[in-house]
Amino acid sequence: MKKTHIIGILVIAVAIVIIMSSVGDASTYVSFGEAIERAEDGDMTKVHVVGRLKKDPQGHIVEMNYDPLVDPNYFSFTLVDTNRVEQRVVYFNPKPQDFERSEQVVITGNMQKDVFVADKILLKCPSKYVEKEIQQNTASL
Amino acid sequence: MINTLIGDIGHTSVIVAFVAAIVSSYAYFMASRANVELTGDDSWRKLARGAFYVHGAAVMMIIFSLFNIIHEHRYEYYYAWSHSSNHLPVHYMISSFWEGQEGSFLLWIFWHVVLGVVLINSSRKNKVWEAPVMGVFAFVQLFLTSMILGVVIGDLKIGSSPFILMRDFMPDTPVFAMDPDFVPADGTGLNPLLQNYWMVIHPPTLFLGFAATLVPFAFAIAGLWKGKFAEWIKPALPWSHFAAVSLGIGIMMGAYWAYETLNFGGYWNWDPVENAVYIPWLVLVGAIHTMIAYNRGKSGLKASFILVIASFILILYATFLTRSGILGNASVHSFTDLGLSGQLFSYLAALAVLAVALLVYRWKSIPTTDKELTTYSGEFWVFIGAVVLCLAAFQVLFTTSIPVYNSFMGFIGIESNAALPADQIAHYTKFQLWGGVAIAILTGIGQLLWWRKGEKGSFVDAITLPGMLTLLFASLIIVLSKLGMLHETMDNPVFIILLVAALFAVFANLSIILSLLHKKISLSGGAVAHIGIALMLLGILFSSGYDNIISQNTSGLVYSREFPEDINRDNVLLWRNTPVDMDKYSVSYHGQFQEVTGVPGYINRELLFPTADPYKTIARGQIKADDKVYFETGDTLELYSPENTYYKVEFKEREGDKVFTLYPRAQVNPNMGLLASPDIQHFANMDLYTHVSSIPDPNEEKDWGELQEYDLAVGDTIILNDYVAVFNGVEQIKQVPGVTLEPGDVAVQADLKIYGERKTYHAHPVLMIKNQMMGRVPEEVGDLGLRLTFLNIDTENNKFKIGVNASQKDYVILKAIEKPFVNILWIGTIVMSIGFVMAIVRRKDGSAKAKPAAPKEKRKAQAA
Repeated sequence: MKKTHIIGILVIAVAIVIIMSSVGDASTYVSFGEAIERAEDGDMTKVHVVGRLKKDPQGHIVEMNYDPLVDPNYFSFTLVDTNRVEQRVVYFNPKPQDFERSEQVVITGNMQKDVFVADKILLKCPSKYVEKEIQQNTASL
Repeated sequence: MINTLIGDIGHTSVIVAFVAAIVSSYAYFMASRANVELTGDDSWRKLARGAFYVHGAAVMMIIFSLFNIIHEHRYEYYYAWSHSSNHLPVHYMISSFWEGQEGSFLLWIFWHVVLGVVLINSSRKNKVWEAPVMGVFAFVQLFLTSMILGVVIGDLKIGSSPFILMRDFMPDTPVFAMDPDFVPADGTGLNPLLQNYWMVIHPPTLFLGFAATLVPFAFAIAGLWKGKFAEWIKPALPWSHFAAVSLGIGIMMGAYWAYETLNFGGYWNWDPVENAVYIPWLVLVGAIHTMIAYNRGKSGLKASFILVIASFILILYATFLTRSGILGNASVHSFTDLGLSGQLFSYLAALAVLAVALLVYRWKSIPTTDKELTTYSGEFWVFIGAVVLCLAAFQVLFTTSIPVYNSFMGFIGIESNAALPADQIAHYTKFQLWGGVAIAILTGIGQLLWWRKGEKGSFVDAITLPGMLTLLFASLIIVLSKLGMLHETMDNPVFIILLVAALFAVFANLSIILSLLHKKISLSGGAVAHIGIALMLLGILFSSGYDNIISQNTSGLVYSREFPEDINRDNVLLWRNTPVDMDKYSVSYHGQFQEVTGVPGYINRELLFPTADPYKTIARGQIKADDKVYFETGDTLELYSPENTYYKVEFKEREGDKVFTLYPRAQVNPNMGLLASPDIQHFANMDLYTHVSSIPDPNEEKDWGELQEYDLAVGDTIILNDYVAVFNGVEQIKQVPGVTLEPGDVAVQADLKIYGERKTYHAHPVLMIKNQMMGRVPEEVGDLGLRLTFLNIDTENNKFKIGVNASQKDYVILKAIEKPFVNILWIGTIVMSIGFVMAIVRRKDGSAKAKPAAPKEKRKAQAA
């Protein structure tokens, strides 16, 4: 067997390892219901959940708690996922600054006891990195 | 008045550029046909060349028009309105030029024109290449120009024009119905994160790299097309080096910008946008290695074809990823979706299919060698290095493309909910770290074998000394880390392996440079570049593997104890003027500062009296910097950017007398909320990186307590918010900041001296009678959380009524990280670039007999 063949086989082997391992590391977008089920099964892998902040009829965000004077590394809020399931979320970091402005929130983490512990929060803000809205124009008249 | 002329000129130039690219591409194609070449008829080539110059001139005209629109603040154009504003300095107008997709395409097109002109003129002596190479060039250029064409045929939108008028972009806005000639008074401005000098030079460098990858690709395609399967390597090789170095520097500039401007705590975050350019760079560097191996050993030709073509296709794929909006939730900073994803995908597919089809069609004709490479030949190890680079690229590509799989599955009707790994840094590091180890070892072995011409005995001799030095220095570093060089002992076996591998690469390549010193030093470009790569690996290892968050919350105050202790509490609350111990420092926060035009450094906001115009303020006292007085009280000052607030944070060594001040920044932007940027203190052995992670909401009115009134006589002492204050009396003043006093108006100010913890403050609230009306200008002492108002004068009893409100003191939430030896990463980048440039210079000179080397390299970047 030629050396190139051996190398070729090795390369394919490494590529397969990479693919298998990446598939294993890949996370999924789930609902809170599924996240809870996973936790009950003892599956502590981290998942992505997409949701919106819980708001009262006037459009104010409710159940959001950040008091830096007590603990700057504790931020909690309630997220409503796409199935309209509400879930308390805890984030052990300061509150992201434009959190209230976000339209959609993507969190990464897992259920621990009865709260979802997020270690990453990604905000989809209406104005962030997307074209500015038209009222900007009327505002600048 | 709307200036439609400049937009018409611009748009016409786009069309001219597009048509000229078609003509040039077709004519070059005709000129490349064998029968035309044989007859020596160069009329097609002359036509093609002319068309390409016309194309170039039109591109210049587009750039001129677009820049004129931005520079002259022509807000009737959407591009100027959405990317620029009246207050933007000229150098940032350059960044706003390429903030939008259209402008960045234009930048890319521009570099293709420049490189095309260079190629036309440099191939005079080597005429055979011009027609086919430039044919490919013009063909790609035709695709790119169509991206800014902005033509709509039926439902099909081809390209997005940067010359669209506001009224055409937002036809539904009522103001345009009332007045079609309406011009907004100001633009919405440039994204504040991009208002950074790196954003002036990073995009051009990166796009130069993008553009330069087209050159080796064009040569490879020309070689396949014209059947010159081996001859293309030689002219393409220096260009590949050039592309790799521009792309590499461009990537690292982006990394440095992120380090300095964004607040994720590092220089690399494995964001898909970053990965998108890292992948083609790895493949391109792999291609360079197979090309060099072919140059010497005549094997690796097919691999060179594959890798050169792949690197360009991957550049197009990167463009597709970042500009089509496909990354969606997965990335924080891709471009806006302009609805061009279909067009982008068609181009990517068209070029990929054409290139691959040509390669397959010609596959059998590409000469191969039956010679088996021996284990002791340099080429063999160079080849292995290229394989490792490609595997590393493949790994990043496979994971980064997860959002693409989702879209594809959705497209064919299968719902897929795969997401990027939850911990991307751990995921990529797991592979890329070993890639780095392999690369480092291979650079050493490969280079030694390359120059020793593959004899077993001499190889053992050559490797002994670098090997011994490596072990010596590795042990030394581990011992030093135990003695406190790093905040923890290096005992992670994986990191130790990377340390040993990188040190070996440094010493092995150094020994090659030393041996080349008395032969031909110009040959050592490869060795220099490899040392750079090894240094980068070391810098990444120390700065990311051993970074140390010193802002741990040690107060014991935590919100809830329901969670175990292993959760990192990495942010600390700092009350104004109250020091907190962090690691070896005592850290204190001292108020908000701003930048004033014409004054170096930062000015305390308490000295600045705001006016209706956010860019103008009035000095409340002398504005001094370094004992030089720049402005007097009452002068009107111009703020550099009112959005920027700098938080003065003082670090003082508790045991020792080193003191330094950092000014981390927060920007309040109406479009983007609050953005924090770090400030970094550089030491020889580490950087101290610090940013605010939260501040009291600047838009919320301060919560002032109830007004307390005091009737004071001169000399009275009172206690305010736990501070002792002495009332020194009142005096009449001639000027009140922000108010014009007319004859008959009177203004007096009270003088209160308040003894704070650290210093004494003088508060001067003002009471005035203007047009028979009482007016008051209260004074805030932010440090103490006090607001004093001069309420009234009781002339009968000679008493003065002072009102005092107290509020919660100002605070910031701070995060501070030590990054050991991050300088080695930047030094390594520079060394690598020097190595590349040496190799380009040598290869341009060309006909040197000894076939030199530049085996593997690669950067393993890892986020903090």
